[in-house]
Amino acid sequence: MTAYLLKRLAISVVTLALASMVVFAVLEILPGDPARLMLGMNASADQVELLRNQMGLNAPLVWRYLHWAGGLLNLDLGRSYTYSVPVIDLVRERLAVSLPLALIALALSTIIAIPIGLFSASRRGRAGDTIAMGAAQLGVAVPNFWFALMLIYVFAVWLRLVPAGGFSGWGAGVWQALKSLLLPAVALALPQAAILARVTRSALIEVLNEDYIRTARAKGLPYRTVLWRHALRNAMIPVLTILGLQFAFLLAGTIIIENVFYLPGLGRLVFQAITQRDLIVVESVVMLLVAAVIAVNLIVDLSYAVVDPRLRSRQ
Amino acid sequence: MTLHIDIPEETFSSILAKAFRNTAFVTGFVITLLILAMAVVSYIWTPYDVTKLVIADKTQGPSPAHWFGTDHFGRDILSMIMVGARNSIAVALVAVGIGMSVGVPLGAFAAARGGLVDEALMRVNDLVFAFPALLSAIMITAIFGPGAVNAIIAIGIFNIPVFARVARAGALAIWPREFILAARAAGKSSTQISIEHVLPNIATLLLVQGTIQFALGILAEAGLSYLGLGAQPPMPSWGRMLFDAQTRMVVAPWMAIFPGMAIVITVLGLNLLGDGIADILDPKSRRQR
Repeated sequence: MTAYLLKRLAISVVTLALASMVVFAVLEILPGDPARLMLGMNASADQVELLRNQMGLNAPLVWRYLHWAGGLLNLDLGRSYTYSVPVIDLVRERLAVSLPLALIALALSTIIAIPIGLFSASRRGRAGDTIAMGAAQLGVAVPNFWFALMLIYVFAVWLRLVPAGGFSGWGAGVWQALKSLLLPAVALALPQAAILARVTRSALIEVLNEDYIRTARAKGLPYRTVLWRHALRNAMIPVLTILGLQFAFLLAGTIIIENVFYLPGLGRLVFQAITQRDLIVVESVVMLLVAAVIAVNLIVDLSYAVVDPRLRSRQ
Repeated sequence: MTLHIDIPEETFSSILAKAFRNTAFVTGFVITLLILAMAVVSYIWTPYDVTKLVIADKTQGPSPAHWFGTDHFGRDILSMIMVGARNSIAVALVAVGIGMSVGVPLGAFAAARGGLVDEALMRVNDLVFAFPALLSAIMITAIFGPGAVNAIIAIGIFNIPVFARVARAGALAIWPREFILAARAAGKSSTQISIEHVLPNIATLLLVQGTIQFALGILAEAGLSYLGLGAQPPMPSWGRMLFDAQTRMVVAPWMAIFPGMAIVITVLGLNLLGDGIADILDPKSRRQR
């Protein structure tokens, strides 16, 4: 088990290091000179050259990479070209919007999907199952940003229950802030919930065919107990895998959804930074997202061992 | 001497008969065919010219003259959806083509070679999977500039590891089989075996994955054009139509409703088609039902 964990950890670290090289290399070939961008088109060539030197843009490639990567490890992300503030402050501020958003969406998706999966699997082939899976099939097909527009129309324009967009900040009251995150979270969660419900159902159906389920039923355990205690636990591995993958989708999904709702989150920050050629912000946020995806995948791997004791004892 | 086969033989007509009894397949097939037909017809005929701006007719609700209403330039929404279908289908289909033509050989090669080659290819796969696909697509289109071609490349690149993974997993299950051993004994090289024996046996898997990636490609293209990174105006695209609709939701909700429904129906059709094919051709998934 320890060997397995160490191997997984080593792979994660190597993947992260490689990813940082890819991000750095990609942004090196991006057209546009940050120094020229900061000074404007009227600046002279000398001025631009001076600033390039000050920003360290003329240093050798490898040195710049090591400097940047070393900075990342110390959470020193540099200064944004366009906002003129340390990137770490920018990220921290935006994370206060995106992280709760992604977590609420993940929670919503799980709360909706697992019961539907259980319901469908235990009524396999019956009308309830057909209706639930039909709805899931539809949910998978809905683009989250279109669903978001429809939610805005119904709940913000028509019923006026929640704001149509924008974010007042956590300082203006938690309830108010949560209200502005509600629609975006629902829009993000729906397609994910549909996928998760389908995976839960098919994982459960596979488990329900196992002999130990028949044994549990035969010794007189109520169906509910068998379903929740025996079947669900054994079906958790594929469900956890999908949950881990969904975290990556949710992070990426915030880019579009935050644009729909004008939320000042990480996704909107990175999108604007790309269009404004604020490379240092792009690099930092992309690395942060990639690190998050790798970390979540590692956590999912570790959680297999928690769910399945057999994996713990295996050498 | 006759060869005894103890599995029921699947002829083309028996598969076809099974296909017509499969509701998911028939529904998906009909929807997909209709969307394709709509895109093809748009080359010859659309109710209105989508390049002509008729300001006098702007933001009109659905009516007998304009079934799905008009946009803020007085263009007919139905005609725009028809022309937009071309763009969505072309981008998603070519992206699947890129993913298959690079990913499948890579996956098959990894499975055939095993060992270090396999390990290395899978680590590269992990690396690509660590990047949220949409984020990278946005970066790629930002580097090379927005447009349909760059959207294809951006989506296509992320199809490569998906197909590599599916092809590898499928091929690994085929390699220990007896007929592979027989082919080896006959002196065939591993490349020959991969092409002649492994590929035909994983074709179903690839076909099913292909429809899934096609559907995901439609969604991704819509997302990119919504952000202004896909096909550029005046070429209509479903995502761009939704972007234009967003600020006019209060006065012209139909501008958002209909293009969105076009995306939902197309993706739904493709997913049903994929589910149907998997059901018909893969006995294992059938047993689960």
